Amino acid sequence: MNSRAAWRLEHLGFPHVYRYAAGKCDWFACGLTMEGEFSDIPKAIDVVRRDVPTCKLQDRIGDVYKRCQEAGWQVCLVVNESNIVLGRLRRDAWQAPPETPVEQVMENGPTTFRPDNFLEPLTRRMREKKVGTVILTTSDGVLLGLLYRKDAEARLQQSQTAKEP
Amino acid sequence: MPQDIDREDVQRLLLRGAQLVEVLPSEEYHEAHLPGAINIPLKTLDAQSARQLDAGRPVITYCDDFQ
Repeated sequence: MNSRAAWRLEHLGFPHVYRYAAGKCDWFACGLTMEGEFSDIPKAIDVVRRDVPTCKLQDRIGDVYKRCQEAGWQVCLVVNESNIVLGRLRRDAWQAPPETPVEQVMENGPTTFRPDNFLEPLTRRMREKKVGTVILTTSDGVLLGLLYRKDAEARLQQSQTAKEP
Repeated sequence: MPQDIDREDVQRLLLRGAQLVEVLPSEEYHEAHLPGAINIPLKTLDAQSARQLDAGRPVITYCDDFQ
């Protein structure tokens, strides 16, 4: 559809026509601004915590654990130089000998969600699966942050209360 | 020939005054669209509807995804 429209515009005499081939799904999946009726509906990006600690594949688990403990976090995400999510460190990983490289104990390729996911169905799914947190990334896998179910539920409650007369 | 661009290019071109056009049906446009985009559904795209665009500025068309 996009391609046909672009060609049509060229034929109509527009000399500088570009096709954003990846479309609005790509735009919203990166957490960029949305206009329209759906813009007011709570989304994952509204409650994401961006300060989740990160580390690299070659970091040592002991150093990472110490840093996370001091910052008050129980989880750490493994990213590369481009901030692409490669893995996740949780409770089991912290038990490894401190010299162990993160790559050997991380949960490989964790499930991620997009920032434009509507919060209500996402939260429902988290509740059904008994999941406390999910990772948010762009469609390219770039880390945006961590979403806590409790934050999502609080946001939805707030939204519900605001609608009541 | 229209050039394919990515979202960084879109943002760059918008800063230079490009016009954004969503070519999906109006119902989908009203649900969600890029900031500042106007709606010219493909079915209605002709010389008359295109008059709302400025031929002297870049035009960026988009729809849902790779279609």
